[in-house]
Amino acid sequence: MYHTHKEIEIAARHTFSIIVDNEAGVLARVIGLFSGRGYNIEHLTVAPVDLQGSESRITVVTTGTPHVIEQIQAQLDRLVPVHKVGDLTASGPHIERELALIKVHCQNEKQQAALRIAEAFRAKIVDSSFESYIFEVTGKTDKIRAFIRLMEDVGLVEAVRTGVAALTRGAQPL
Amino acid sequence: MSGKEYSGAEIIINSLVDLGVEVIFGYPGGAVLPLYDALFEQDKIRHILVRHEQAAVHAAEGYARSTGKPGVVLVTSGPGATNAVTGLTDAMLDSIPVICLTGQVPVHLIGSDAFQEADTVGITRHCTKHNYLVRDVDILSQTIHEAFYVATSGRPGPVVVDVPKDVQIFTSSTVHKGQVKHRSYRPEVKGDINAIREAVKLLSGAKKPIFYTGGGVINSGPAAAQLLREIVQFTGAPITSTLMGLGAYPASDKQFLGMLGMHGTYEANHAMYDCDVMICVGARFDDRVTGRLDAFSPNSKKIHIDIDRSSINKTVRVDVPIVGDVAHVLEDMLKLWKASVLEKGQQSYDDWWVQIEKWRERDCLKYSQSDDVIMPQYALERLQELTKEKDVYFTTEVGQHQMWAAQFLKFEDPNRWMTSGGLGTMGYGFPAAIGVQIAHPNSLVIDVAGEASIQMNIQELGTAIQYGLPVKIFILNNEYMGMVRQWQEMNHGSRYSQSYSDSLPDFIALAKAYGGHGIVVDKPGDVDGAIKEMMETDGLVIVDCRVEKLANCFPMVPSGAAHNEMILPEEEEIREFEGGAALV
Ligand SMILES: Cc1ncc(C[n+]2csc(CCOP(=O)(O)OP(=O)(O)O)c2C)c(N)n1
Ligand SMILES: [Mg+2]
Repeated sequence: MYHTHKEIEIAARHTFSIIVDNEAGVLARVIGLFSGRGYNIEHLTVAPVDLQGSESRITVVTTGTPHVIEQIQAQLDRLVPVHKVGDLTASGPHIERELALIKVHCQNEKQQAALRIAEAFRAKIVDSSFESYIFEVTGKTDKIRAFIRLMEDVGLVEAVRTGVAALTRGAQPL
Repeated sequence: MSGKEYSGAEIIINSLVDLGVEVIFGYPGGAVLPLYDALFEQDKIRHILVRHEQAAVHAAEGYARSTGKPGVVLVTSGPGATNAVTGLTDAMLDSIPVICLTGQVPVHLIGSDAFQEADTVGITRHCTKHNYLVRDVDILSQTIHEAFYVATSGRPGPVVVDVPKDVQIFTSSTVHKGQVKHRSYRPEVKGDINAIREAVKLLSGAKKPIFYTGGGVINSGPAAAQLLREIVQFTGAPITSTLMGLGAYPASDKQFLGMLGMHGTYEANHAMYDCDVMICVGARFDDRVTGRLDAFSPNSKKIHIDIDRSSINKTVRVDVPIVGDVAHVLEDMLKLWKASVLEKGQQSYDDWWVQIEKWRERDCLKYSQSDDVIMPQYALERLQELTKEKDVYFTTEVGQHQMWAAQFLKFEDPNRWMTSGGLGTMGYGFPAAIGVQIAHPNSLVIDVAGEASIQMNIQELGTAIQYGLPVKIFILNNEYMGMVRQWQEMNHGSRYSQSYSDSLPDFIALAKAYGGHGIVVDKPGDVDGAIKEMMETDGLVIVDCRVEKLANCFPMVPSGAAHNEMILPEEEEIREFEGGAALV
């Protein structure tokens, strides 16, 4: 007789904030943990966040079942240079933003369309030539995706995104 | 601040002395010559010259596991470091505190594919708890202290410190003193008292509880093993142990059910399956223990004590997680439990024990010994019997002999049993025995070996002879990679592909070639004599014990089966499990 009371777990998107000592190899440790244990990374951003540059903040967007998400947090917490790990998705309301640069090739009426869409998305023009623009747009991932999608019809050449930066709402730190 | 200036090499040696290091296992090379020069100038630290860097790490592991102190390794850059990788991985999986100093090419050559350059911190990132590349001699002393702190605190593990050759030569006056306070790494030792209270509440209502204990009890130290004995005896509940935990609780005690898992006892696995409350102490629900996960102890509430939070809920969901050091948590738990018993009285486990005794009556380790062929189990039973009064330490290689040793040797105390559990590294046992013998020069140290495994680090005969180490190698020679052969028999239609140990050396001649003593035994009636001769001979001995070639190790939970679906010795007709061939 076999017992099959496996819980059916649903994978969900989670945003982690990780404060680390800004030492050599620390990013490799964090990324290596994800690849070595088979977790996926959708977004990754990292930069020093204090004035001395001794601490960096890594933001990782991943997907996993609740069980996997719990493991990711525990495994990250175990790394020696990691100060703090927060699952922003689990810890409540938080702000997520990313920035994208989008190069569009367009002429005539397509140009008008590009400008109209850019205005609606509050994108800035940061470069332009006779037949091209580079737009800078910030917002949540969904918004950036929607913008890129629309620009495909106009004449998308290429796009670059920073990946998500995120903070919890309110006065408290992580 | 202008103190005396020391070279990087001197700083390393001085730091090691400050940290209480007495022995280093190592092998020289170009990138560590300044360090070897500094070693030459002093007499506080003893250097043991191995014959292969992998053996240096296993020796350090044996030293660490038998003493509770960290083991220290010193190897050169490039091939020295890469040879150490298997040992480091072994220490990682078994949570053994090892500090491995590696030489590196000079800082200005790093990244240039210089002679004997390897990206040591890159290569060892996944097989160490932490690692460092020290580019600045001013932080060398601090880094060595930190490396020891990280290796020995929390869940122990290996730490690599990679030191470029020029950093060993440059001088500095900066020397670290006192305790290490790490900026981000601060392991918890005290368990959450509310969780412990909840655990006691669960346990006090249990009718069929069981203690499931592991290597974490031994890593926690002698106090943990002592407290485990007290709490188990106070409650009267049964206890089983993983391979890594043997000795934490005395094997001779009637509450001990033996080892659990793939080659565990019938009573231990059934009790685990049927229990209503399981308390896991410093073990990690390894796949060798759980069998098929969805059938693992389906009706129990589970309590898990572990110093590593990531071990909790990793494979098996538990009801009461307690993050903390075993000794600290057991101390609190025992107090609360005693108070609870005063208040509500002790549960009786009589019915539970009646059931367990029925399982015990199956006598699952039974084997039959004929007059002419030595059964491996018999050889181990005699070894156990003839050494039980001695101050003895056992190590093993990996394979059937290892599992039989776990089943038939009886460990009464912690730190007496050294085996490669997590990684299952053939070639572990002999160098580990060397490390144990260095730490305990007057004790009897026996490596229970297979004829295949022993050849993986056989070159260490030279090390043992050089330092006059009277290590005893007891080979259960079945002329097969027995464990591989057993799996081929069970899962691959007895097609023994590449598992026959052909062209074996004459082990007696081999022992002699190095300056040791060899004994061959192939008759059951001569086993006692061979063991006695082994013990009475000073110096290194190899016993080539010719055993039944096709014996299988039972009980066995076939890969992919539930942990109560065991094959027992008398049911030798071997069932093939669907999908077994695809599993490990
Ligand atoms: C380094 C390494 N390579 C391969 C294996 C796979 N393996 C596990 S047991 C075994 C056979 C061991 O044979 P032997 O030492 O004679 O022991 P026996 O099983 O016969 O007692 C092998 C090849 C391993 N565990 N380690
Ligand atoms: Mg063999």
